[in-house]
Amino acid sequence: MADGPRTLLEKVWDAHLVSAETDDTPAVLYVDLHLVHEVTSPQAFSELRSRGLGVRRPDRTVATMDHAIPTRSGPDGRRAPAEGAAAEQVSALERNCHDFGVTLYPVGDRRQGIVHVIGPELGLTQPGSTIVCGDSHTSTHGAFGALAFGIGTSEVGHVLATQCLLQRRPRTFAADFDGTLGAGVTAKDLILALIARIGTGGATGHALEYRGSAVRSLSMEERMTVCNMSIEAGARAGLVAPDDTTYAYLAGRSYAPAGDAWDAAVARWRTLPSDDGARFDRVERIDASSLTPMITWGTSPGMGISVREAVPEPDGDLGLEKALRYMGLEPGKPLLGRRIDVVFIGSCTNSRLSDLREAARVFRARKVAPGVRALVVPGSEQVKKEAEVEGLDRVFREAGAEWREPGCSMCLAMNDDRLEPGQYAVSTSNRNFEGRQGPGGRTFLASPLTAAAAAVTGAIADPRELLR
Amino acid sequence: MKAVKEIRSRTVVLPAENVDTDQIIPARFLVTTSREGLGKGLFADWRWEKDGRPKAGFALNRPEAAGARVLVAGRNFGCGSSREHAVWALQAGGFDAVVSTAFADIFRGNALKNGFLPVQVDEAAHARLVEAPGLEVTIDVGAREIAFEGGRSAFPLEPFARYCLLNGQDELAFLLSREREIAAYEEAAGPAPWRSA
Repeated sequence: MADGPRTLLEKVWDAHLVSAETDDTPAVLYVDLHLVHEVTSPQAFSELRSRGLGVRRPDRTVATMDHAIPTRSGPDGRRAPAEGAAAEQVSALERNCHDFGVTLYPVGDRRQGIVHVIGPELGLTQPGSTIVCGDSHTSTHGAFGALAFGIGTSEVGHVLATQCLLQRRPRTFAADFDGTLGAGVTAKDLILALIARIGTGGATGHALEYRGSAVRSLSMEERMTVCNMSIEAGARAGLVAPDDTTYAYLAGRSYAPAGDAWDAAVARWRTLPSDDGARFDRVERIDASSLTPMITWGTSPGMGISVREAVPEPDGDLGLEKALRYMGLEPGKPLLGRRIDVVFIGSCTNSRLSDLREAARVFRARKVAPGVRALVVPGSEQVKKEAEVEGLDRVFREAGAEWREPGCSMCLAMNDDRLEPGQYAVSTSNRNFEGRQGPGGRTFLASPLTAAAAAVTGAIADPRELLR
Repeated sequence: MKAVKEIRSRTVVLPAENVDTDQIIPARFLVTTSREGLGKGLFADWRWEKDGRPKAGFALNRPEAAGARVLVAGRNFGCGSSREHAVWALQAGGFDAVVSTAFADIFRGNALKNGFLPVQVDEAAHARLVEAPGLEVTIDVGAREIAFEGGRSAFPLEPFARYCLLNGQDELAFLLSREREIAAYEEAAGPAPWRSA
């Protein structure tokens, strides 16, 4: 355990040590919350069965379906059922949760949604806790001052069986954003700018802590967008210290403590922020007021530029040349005005109510450009319901966009929401890897504002010009 | 997990940097409940034409790649998604190790849990391996060293992972053996902090 001033990460880490690490062995780290979905869990449950093991803490395990399920509606207006191998994954999860006593929010349940959207909205995600899931975007939950990170399927099995993981403590990396974000510049732009600066392997081996006045003034949903993409900089976890914004978000949520337990929890959570004088292994400072709307031009999330900038010259860098070739782009030319085919608004990065409100600001009283397909996929049943209460679904539909059922959808193209080969998409998701949104598909990552601006103009556009 | 003490093989070289797990195995191949049969998804979009013919020129498709069990790749190998299917696909494709100058954290952890070796070498050793595809290499787990004609390089492997590899010990068995400590922690920590929904 660290002596003297400690960082937020160190406090959460120390509080979850079943046994501390030594030179010879990693720490045994206790997991408070294990989130499970249909794609990375079946082999872990099979392992449990073959070893005759049970789930140690079903009360600390919550499952949902999000990755492989369809998000389109069938002829009856309800979500189309999963088919083939995806249907097998869905029924395997149902069977596993039933047999092992795990709470499941399946398709059709009002609490179903993308696993990183429902954890926070149900109040399961709480400050100071340890949260894991077989999904790299588990870093999202760090927005609450939790230590949250993605794990592989073997580790899913470890947590199911023992509620613990063998881990070495990550190094600490403070990303300080001071100043105020300009109009039309969002949390997505802030994190894309950091990744562009430090690179996709820039924070490998570290946990990021996002700090500074620009981070403090973000809403919880915006903080989730930032923490979500920590893994795109190589950090398994990204954290924001909890504050009154955090507590206001959590108060009254279904799993959040209430009454005296709430007061006790908040008092405990107030001790979590990094102590004055706590040392970070690395610090990066960015002036938030200098940031502009960002967009990626290449095939790695670190290949980001300001939306008004030109595509960079590769200068002999084979990786950049390969990315330019895949994307069909010419160096030195601006992206502004470049025609696009598809706009995807959704994913665990940007599918929450505030993201949809931002997109709707642009769609309102405008039409999706001819030849462009726009999908808006809410992150959860609850987001969908709240958006419909506000009439956002009407705004999207009247503009000519598709309003879908909640799920991961075209973020990773595991279901039938896919780009055609060669198509260009502006996407609010988190990865622009080759073929990520469908084989041969080409992805520009951007904020909901920038994606919506592309939808209504049919080309890459600076959203600030549409907000005037 | 079976014990892994030494790997001796020719290499295949894929010099690209930032090879993400979506390239190693695209998401559409993850629609399965098994860890078997993932070899067909390995580097699928780089390796196969849409009609299933092999893409000429892709390193793994060259005749001299047949039988090679060590892949040499660029920096930050295995970034992106946490899918352990990436490791299973590499193993199904006949590989036992990847050599790079840097690995993504989650991939590295997943690899070691499957007896698959992430061998992190310095730039000089890496450059030598990249310029000589098909070079015979010997990876010695006990000595934490990779040796090849014209060079050798130590690689980092933490003691616990090394012990597990050499003895075929799996982590779950180790965790299960800590039952007493885990129960004591739970006793002290009290119930889960949630109001039931």
